[in-house]
Amino acid sequence: MNPNNYLLLAAILFTIGAYGVLVRRNAIIVFLSVELMLNAANLAFVAAARNTGTLDGLVAAFFVMVVAAAEVVVGLAIIVTIFRTRRSASIDEASLMKY
Amino acid sequence: MNVNISYQALAPIIILLTSGVLSVLIEALVPRTFRRPIQLVLVLSSIVLAFAYLVFNSTIALTSDPAFSGGQIKGLREIAAAGAIAIDGPGMVIQGIILLISFSAALLLAERQIDPQGDAFTARASTLPGSEDERQFTANGWLQTEIWPLFLFCVGGMLLFPVSNDFLIMFVALEVFSLPLYLLASMARRRRLLSQEAALKYFILGSFSSAFFLFGAALIYAATSSVNFSVVSVAMENSSQDGLIISGIAMIAVGLLFKVGAVPFHQWVPDVYQGSPTPLVAFMSAATKVAAFGALLRVFYVAFGSMRWDWRPMMWVIAGLTMIIGSLLAVTQTDMKRMLAFSSVAHTGFLLLGVVASSAAGLSSSLFYLLAYAFTSLGTFAIVGLVRDASGEATHLSQWAGLGKKSPWIASIFALFLLALAGIPLTSGFTGKFAIFTAAVEGGATPLVIIAVLASAVAAFFYARVIVLMFFTEPPTDGPAVVIPSGLTTVAIGISAAFTLLLGIAPQPVLELVINVGLFIR
Repeated sequence: MNPNNYLLLAAILFTIGAYGVLVRRNAIIVFLSVELMLNAANLAFVAAARNTGTLDGLVAAFFVMVVAAAEVVVGLAIIVTIFRTRRSASIDEASLMKY
Repeated sequence: MNVNISYQALAPIIILLTSGVLSVLIEALVPRTFRRPIQLVLVLSSIVLAFAYLVFNSTIALTSDPAFSGGQIKGLREIAAAGAIAIDGPGMVIQGIILLISFSAALLLAERQIDPQGDAFTARASTLPGSEDERQFTANGWLQTEIWPLFLFCVGGMLLFPVSNDFLIMFVALEVFSLPLYLLASMARRRRLLSQEAALKYFILGSFSSAFFLFGAALIYAATSSVNFSVVSVAMENSSQDGLIISGIAMIAVGLLFKVGAVPFHQWVPDVYQGSPTPLVAFMSAATKVAAFGALLRVFYVAFGSMRWDWRPMMWVIAGLTMIIGSLLAVTQTDMKRMLAFSSVAHTGFLLLGVVASSAAGLSSSLFYLLAYAFTSLGTFAIVGLVRDASGEATHLSQWAGLGKKSPWIASIFALFLLALAGIPLTSGFTGKFAIFTAAVEGGATPLVIIAVLASAVAAFFYARVIVLMFFTEPPTDGPAVVIPSGLTTVAIGISAAFTLLLGIAPQPVLELVINVGLFIR
């Protein structure tokens, strides 16, 4: 199979993730969509590593996994704090500050 | 395989990150009453040590590289850590600015006398706002010393960000300095709902934009088979995969322009600045901007330098929009912190002129502007934190009326900072703007400079409005008062005011420094 298709798949996954961030209301789902975008980038890195025959992309994938894990910790901490305060994880309700 | 790490060049970064780890251990092992003094000593000494190392590195004579030995340029410049990190003149200047800012900001963060309840951070971030637990912890006078390890990691990441020489390290550094900032933003002592909301918005939008950065890096890697800036730059010239390269450049630009707060990626700036603890805003409005601009300049000068004709139109539009929208929206604000946030967006636009110029003069004037702007911004927010009433900071503009009559000293220093932000002669803002506008005109961006001058005129209006409000209106009877801070904040404001004045009156030594540091190495 042509490895370029994996790049295409990665682009599709990334778009789905970006769409999810923009339209979903629940902070957890928005966050999940961000993770999907990171994993799409990972897929693109690995596919490109296969295409070009270099190792950088594979190394990058490992680093991104670690960074994504750290981001989950920080992100969930913030979302849970907000949820405990407001009894809601909707990002539309956190709107004390406007314009 | 022989890998050149070059620990000496990396020493400032290593010092900061190591003390971050030590700081976590202190949190875990030392009894609560001793933590704060120990953490403070660790933070301040590690920043001073890193700065001393940086100065040492920048003055040693170069012997190994014959290309530089004849010229004026002194100091270490090498590609360290097997090609992943480039320590060079501009990089070291950026690191130096970040360390100076971090030192002053650490003093602000440690301040305990402004708020009668303690420092600017909540006693326990895990307690519910308004709960019995929160009252209990506050009454006990507990302080959240976990801010110090977060602060150290943040500064370490910021030191790494502008000197990283490949996209992977740059992404890691981006996250290392962003994640602590998201957490710190949520920890304000007063108005905790605003603070938590600011953190949520900052986190969601920040991770969204760093995902763009990462995917852009993957596309560039797919097109050029490397993530290293120097290799990417050469490979782009000969590559036929323009689609991948251009979309990669655009997505990396999204990630970096978000961090500097350029239009249309500026929406987080006013909310985060308004909601976060004010000493933290003082730190991040200055240091984040310096670190992110350092990275932006390096990426667009080194990695994408050969594609200059493709990205310059995009940068033109973004720089113009950022100046116009930042200045216009600042006029409409009624909250001091939000107004300063939009003014920082406008300043991002002025700084982008240095990227658009893409020349040696553009680089050196950007460095000067960053130094000037960083200290002015730090001082401004330090003073905003001093004007308080019983419920906390008084940030509504109407509450600042007549402040010059009640506290002439603080109001005068604040007016000095505002004049510097507006770019009035004899302040650092004027020298910075003059240098960067000149460089942009030489780089062929005259229309943009005309927009910039007009935007500065609009900006001068809302800075002058605050000065008029402070000095020429009667104070309200129940208005807020200026709190007398301890020596920590006084020193930080003093340093900022001194830089703002000195860079305006006698800018020559610093101008020579930023010109003599040379260009980014490849």
